[in-house]
Amino acid sequence: MLEGILIGLTTALSLTNILMVIGGCLIGTFIGMLPGLGPMSIIAIMIPVAISIGDPSTALILLAGVYYGAIFGGSTSSILLNAPGVAGTVATSFDGYPMARAGKAGKALTIAAIASFAGGTIGAILLMIFAPMLSNVALLFHSAEYFALMVVGLSAIAAFAGTGQVGKAILMTVLGLMMATVGEGALYNLPRFTFGLLDLQSGFSFITLAMAMFALPEALFLVMNPARSDPAGASGKITDLRITRAEARAIAPVIGRQSLQGFFIGVLPGAGATIASFLGYAVERNIAPKHEQAEFGHGSVKGLAAPEAANNAACTGSFVPLLTLGIPGSGTTAILLGALIALNVSPGPRLMIDSPEIFWAVIISMYIGNLVLLILNLPLIPYIAKILAIPRTFLIPFILFFTLMGAYIGQNNATELLILVGMGVAATVLRFADYPLAPLLIGFILGRMLEDNFARSMQLYDGISFVIERPMTMGLLVIALLLMVLPSLRARIAKARARGIADGD
Amino acid sequence: MALDRWIALIILGVSLIYGYTAWFTMDASLPPFMQRNPIWPSTFPKVLSVMATLAALVILLGFEKAPGRVKKPDMDYRRLGEYKVGQAIALLCLMVAYALLLRPAGFLISTFGFLIIGATLLGERRFHILIPVVALATGLIWYLVQEVLGIFLRPWPFFMG
Repeated sequence: MLEGILIGLTTALSLTNILMVIGGCLIGTFIGMLPGLGPMSIIAIMIPVAISIGDPSTALILLAGVYYGAIFGGSTSSILLNAPGVAGTVATSFDGYPMARAGKAGKALTIAAIASFAGGTIGAILLMIFAPMLSNVALLFHSAEYFALMVVGLSAIAAFAGTGQVGKAILMTVLGLMMATVGEGALYNLPRFTFGLLDLQSGFSFITLAMAMFALPEALFLVMNPARSDPAGASGKITDLRITRAEARAIAPVIGRQSLQGFFIGVLPGAGATIASFLGYAVERNIAPKHEQAEFGHGSVKGLAAPEAANNAACTGSFVPLLTLGIPGSGTTAILLGALIALNVSPGPRLMIDSPEIFWAVIISMYIGNLVLLILNLPLIPYIAKILAIPRTFLIPFILFFTLMGAYIGQNNATELLILVGMGVAATVLRFADYPLAPLLIGFILGRMLEDNFARSMQLYDGISFVIERPMTMGLLVIALLLMVLPSLRARIAKARARGIADGD
Repeated sequence: MALDRWIALIILGVSLIYGYTAWFTMDASLPPFMQRNPIWPSTFPKVLSVMATLAALVILLGFEKAPGRVKKPDMDYRRLGEYKVGQAIALLCLMVAYALLLRPAGFLISTFGFLIIGATLLGERRFHILIPVVALATGLIWYLVQEVLGIFLRPWPFFMG
């Protein structure tokens, strides 16, 4: 491990890469602060830039920096405006916004920054310990297990992303898988579902799809509902960034607990930062003493520190399945996976052996990124927050322009822009109908790999018999089935129970 | 019928067409030697088409009841009338126009036009700020993409080179 850390240090500490981390964090914070633009949109917009860099470690370092910056920026807008840019920072606004309303915005931002820093750093240490272990196990996997593992990942994502609407999430996942089959597949290089169109020969572009699924609907929502970008609370001056010793003592154990819990939730596919932050908030409220419990939701420092530590640790945790198994656990890591594949790197257990410098450089850059966020952003926050005052009439055309540019640069093809607009409209309608879009993109990205591994096992075993002959494959597929069936079963049982009990009124 | 079920109906149609292609037309072009393989290019799509059809039917027929506590949706299509749909549609048309004009009119003119018209559509009237900002941004982005990233973008209309 020490050798790996040294490799990582030499790669990450080159001048270019340090500048990339700093630049990425700043860009991420800037854009992440704008309400409605989450890390997924920002990373999608940044991908063409990262890909044209060419060096995979540098590109990944840049994107990881953007990711942290975006999450930090998201908490800033949650605290100052009560307008979380990301689902993962919704819980931050529960206590952060009341604190800002009470004139303690500076203090709230400091607590958020420290909690994020601790969560991210503890997460990076845990990642350093667990990722090599997991990737050793993963080396034993065959294509049959990979196939089964991806099915588990997809069904977990569907089960968690749906929040009571597993059917919709499954439908979106399958739709993503179907879109992945368009174009020339790995099998026999036969064009499939292209309708004879040359533009579809190589399939849908992943960048276009990512832009259309996340950036474009958000921008259209900002257009349709001006209240979403209303910077009403932004005018307040941010002063007094210091926290007292008593407050530091109060939040220290909270941060420790939530960093650990958040990390392990982040490792699970599909759970991610959102669940980690809500769960972290709920757990801390439940174990807090009675008099402190009443404070939650009205500006409690603990209630602010918990989700912040948890969501940052979870973001780091979500890198574990990405780097060791090559399976993304969240929409954001799915986009990162797509970027890596475009850079000719295939993440998976062989990543640590074949290109250790990428693996370790990313981990080291996580430390640097967290430090940058703490040192650079904290004093700059009062100035960065001025971006919230940019009028929407300037902001929205630029957001739309950057989505167009991203799709165009990736393919250098104007037809791609028409596909982008078409799919963006479809995605907006899907958002209106409350269909989750992250499963679609994850299904799309995993589709090719899923089919390749499935095909390889079919060829090795001359048929479907690998499911029965390999117990691990069987076990994983059973888990996948349980993940899909259990939520609806539990809902049914809960409903049946509710029917039996009279409402006490 | 609620919007989500209409969408499920559309997806059902798509997956039926997809399934028809996978089950009945795709294998026709398969060379004979490939037919001895345990897996065909159509195998995976066949599985997917069945799953998609089933999932779409579950939603369409309402087997999955909505969760008891209805969370307030972030954007509600039932209140579409209160939203500025016209502006959104106008911007979408502008994006299509940009896509069609980018090659013939060149990057600088089409981008300048896109940003100015877009901001004006959204109600910006302070042209003395807007025009310099947009001109500066357009030039800067062109420079970044062309010179720093090294991706060719034709700056001027086709007749000017």
